[in-house]
Amino acid sequence: MKGFFKKHGNYVWVAAFALLTVLSFIVGFNPGKAVFTHFTRSFIEMIAFVPFLFIIVGLFDVWVPKERIQRHIGQESGIKGMALVVLLAMLQAGPLYGAFPVAYLLYRKGASIRNIFIYLGAFSSMKIPMIGVEIGYLGIAFSLARTLVSLPLFIGIGYLMEWYLKNRRFEVSDGGKGKEVTP
Amino acid sequence: MSNNAIIFITLCVVLSAVSFVLDRRKTAEGFKRGWKMFKNVLLPFLNILILVSLLLYFLPPSIISRYLGAGSGVAGFLAAALIGSITLIPAFISYPIAAGLIQQGASYAVVATFMTTLMMVGVVTLPLEIKYLGRRVAIVRNVLNFVAAVTIGLVIGLIL
Repeated sequence: MKGFFKKHGNYVWVAAFALLTVLSFIVGFNPGKAVFTHFTRSFIEMIAFVPFLFIIVGLFDVWVPKERIQRHIGQESGIKGMALVVLLAMLQAGPLYGAFPVAYLLYRKGASIRNIFIYLGAFSSMKIPMIGVEIGYLGIAFSLARTLVSLPLFIGIGYLMEWYLKNRRFEVSDGGKGKEVTP
Repeated sequence: MSNNAIIFITLCVVLSAVSFVLDRRKTAEGFKRGWKMFKNVLLPFLNILILVSLLLYFLPPSIISRYLGAGSGVAGFLAAALIGSITLIPAFISYPIAAGLIQQGASYAVVATFMTTLMMVGVVTLPLEIKYLGRRVAIVRNVLNFVAAVTIGLVIGLIL
């Protein structure tokens, strides 16, 4: 039973919601109808842009292969190196803890401490799929303001970490997996 | 049709057309990948929309604007920063919630602070981060990011 819920949990909720909505309309249960009205509105809001966002993300994925950018990381320094890690971060997806294995990879490839932390910062809040959803829900003004305020702060954090770790031993480890990642 | 939909559809059509002219195979592959990603998030997304619909029904605008609105002051702001730092909510889930809160009277500063701390600070994932960066560095990174996230939230509140 528990396994069933784990596997089909997403369907269970949608099915229960559909069933309760139909029931609400049959017996004329007003709160149920009101919730459904909210749902329809947010569903239309979502379906009007999310599929298109994913097509854009899919095209980016094909045209700007992450592997090719990764190859150049560590070789470039200065502004170009920074731009490269930010670009690489923007092409990723998923939650922040997914960024640490890549940070390890960058470290092994010889990326600077500054760029590793800029990467983590950009990963946390500048991923293209995420910015897309953000624009869709909170508007382009919000997204633009947030991104433009965030970027200099991340670069600042990168410099601060570099300064802080200058005379300390610092290394990114592989997260205890012991798995060899070829740089 | 909202402005957003128009922006996304236009961008999508233009990029697809350019991509198609340059390379048909790559375009088809891109569509396939995009569609696969969309399929993966569709059901979780529907569930979130159900949750948001319920939330909006049970939490009337008056309550939301009292606790998370412009008048909520430092308390609402701090609560947003703390909850955002501790919880781990994927962006796809948090944005519809954030949009719903703003529609119901929450202030931009509070919502922006919640979103930025959510993205940038990870208390729950700290043990994992420590494995990669070491205890001291992971903690310093989170503290610096917390300060940055709150700053971003405040600045956005001032701008918007």
